[in-house]
Amino acid sequence: MKNEPASPKTISEGALVAPIDAVDVPHTARGYGLVGGAWRGLRSLSLKQKLGFAILLIYLVIAIAAPALMTHDPWAINRTEQGLTARMEPPSSRHLLGTTDLGRDLFSQLIIGTRATIIVGFLAAFCVTIIGTNMGLLSGYYGGWVDEIIMRVVDVAYVIPFVPFIIILISLLEPSLWNIILAIILLFWRSPTRVIRSQVLSLKTRPFVKAARVSGASDLRILYTQIAPNILPLSLLYMTISVGWAVITEASVSFLGLGDPLVISWGSMLNGAFLSGAARHAWWWVVPPGIAIVLMVIATFLVGEAAEEYANPRLRER
Amino acid sequence: MYWRYLLRRLLTLILNFWVVATLIFFMFRFLPGDPTAMFLDPSMTVDVRAAILERFGLDRPLHEQYVLYMQNLLRGDFGWSFYYSRPVGEIIGDFLPNTVVLAAASLIIAYVVGVIGGVVLAWKRNSRFGEWGTLIPLFFRSAPVFWTGMVAIMFFSYRWNLFPHRGMRTPGYVADGFLEKFVNPDFLHHLALPTLIAALYYMGLPMLLTRTSMLEVFGEEFVDLARARGLSEARVMFVHVLRNALLPIVTATAVAIGLAVGGNIVIEYVFSWPGIGREIVLATQNRDYPLAQGMFMVIAAAVMVANTLADMVYVYLDPRVTF
Repeated sequence: MKNEPASPKTISEGALVAPIDAVDVPHTARGYGLVGGAWRGLRSLSLKQKLGFAILLIYLVIAIAAPALMTHDPWAINRTEQGLTARMEPPSSRHLLGTTDLGRDLFSQLIIGTRATIIVGFLAAFCVTIIGTNMGLLSGYYGGWVDEIIMRVVDVAYVIPFVPFIIILISLLEPSLWNIILAIILLFWRSPTRVIRSQVLSLKTRPFVKAARVSGASDLRILYTQIAPNILPLSLLYMTISVGWAVITEASVSFLGLGDPLVISWGSMLNGAFLSGAARHAWWWVVPPGIAIVLMVIATFLVGEAAEEYANPRLRER
Repeated sequence: MYWRYLLRRLLTLILNFWVVATLIFFMFRFLPGDPTAMFLDPSMTVDVRAAILERFGLDRPLHEQYVLYMQNLLRGDFGWSFYYSRPVGEIIGDFLPNTVVLAAASLIIAYVVGVIGGVVLAWKRNSRFGEWGTLIPLFFRSAPVFWTGMVAIMFFSYRWNLFPHRGMRTPGYVADGFLEKFVNPDFLHHLALPTLIAALYYMGLPMLLTRTSMLEVFGEEFVDLARARGLSEARVMFVHVLRNALLPIVTATAVAIGLAVGGNIVIEYVFSWPGIGREIVLATQNRDYPLAQGMFMVIAAAVMVANTLADMVYVYLDPRVTF
């Protein structure tokens, strides 16, 4: 088969905007260099994409400054002036987003929950990208049995149903933030691997790679100094997409009650609201964590769109 | 030549199924915890215990257990659920139709509305609506589906009392036959809200995909030709451009079918919908590992079959693919 079907499986998770197997020009060859290219890229962002960057930046600041921003201890059981437990209080000046059924301050939970989300989102996405990029590089460059083995493993990773796998893995190990990150990494590296491999396949036939080989560069040197810089934008794209997926996954798993019992995350807040029956009327408990997740994920998608235009400048012209 | 491709694809399917089954086997046995303790329940009588140990070969060495496990799997014997005290296969048979009904209903709505919406977004791409309109599917794709479900329950079920918030039918209702079970007002009333919420989530992908796929086609000559013939813009969009942009959407649909069977887990959980997604969560909570293992295999099989189907449809529809 000469012309492989354009792998419909990739559609299922990443590729939001367009198939990305068409990076034509090597980046360094566009004449801007990496840093210059990135700078030009930032300046040509649309309003929506700038918004995406801004939201991510704000979340990052909130996560770092969380202790200063919290108004209460998020675990503390607060009391009213009469000394009763402040159960299910709607938002007020004392509790900006109201309280839980145990009298815990929801605003402080929302703030500290940013940390878990940022940690899972960025750490998982970082590992997924590192592993996926390297696997794709090796698989595409060396071909032969290396390629065969890596691609067979990728095929298997594609058919494993994601949420059921995480549920079982975590119930067999133990609920913790690290196990959630581990589960995400175990399955998500498949997408960047597959896309970057096909990119490397086309890059390795380019003249600049041949020139490097003729001048006596070793395989590893060619791989990491000639080819890798050109697939960096693509890795970046998968990093942003993975952040969004990791955030949703962490929220879902925590919502199902398999989250880290010692960590407050937006998913675990919603789990509490669901189990306590507060979901019937306590909008102040249900709505804010959801909005926080939506904004975070939309922001990663918008940044991903920007990364995609950077990886494939033809998209911008439309 | 097409047949040779089909054959190769089927072999890959079988191979993948075998690998996933093996993976699951070792996952349950090598991760922390005593395997016999996982498959046995302290409340079982000594006789039942011995019978189960023998039947699944849990008293034998690992490689023999593995062979037995594979033999049982091939015969469709998934083991014995100790929570329900029934064969796992039977339980899956009970829950699978419920999952399929919910998944099918939501996917049909999602793909019809999604494709039409995608056409409109591509058509009006240069207007303000076209530019900011893409945020709508993006919103529903970014929103965790359990959260939209919770918000919907809060408003539609508790505040306005329009739809039931849990389950598949009013307690006490007994259906006469299979068809009667799924075609009656009470069931449809229960089905409406989870279907709508799941559909909103699934809608995002076909909508964005249709939009980009249409944009790819816009530059082609036959579009100009259709316009030059004086056809209305709506006709050009829906008949000429859409038809040529449909290929990735068709394959995405096939993939989505597989994902929906496993992906409806949180939807089923929020709406207490008695499907296999919710059941796999409950099974892990109850430490009913044979059941969890069986359900995982069924969901994985659905994903694999759907992916294979997607590939087959793709090569069948796209004449550019050569062998």
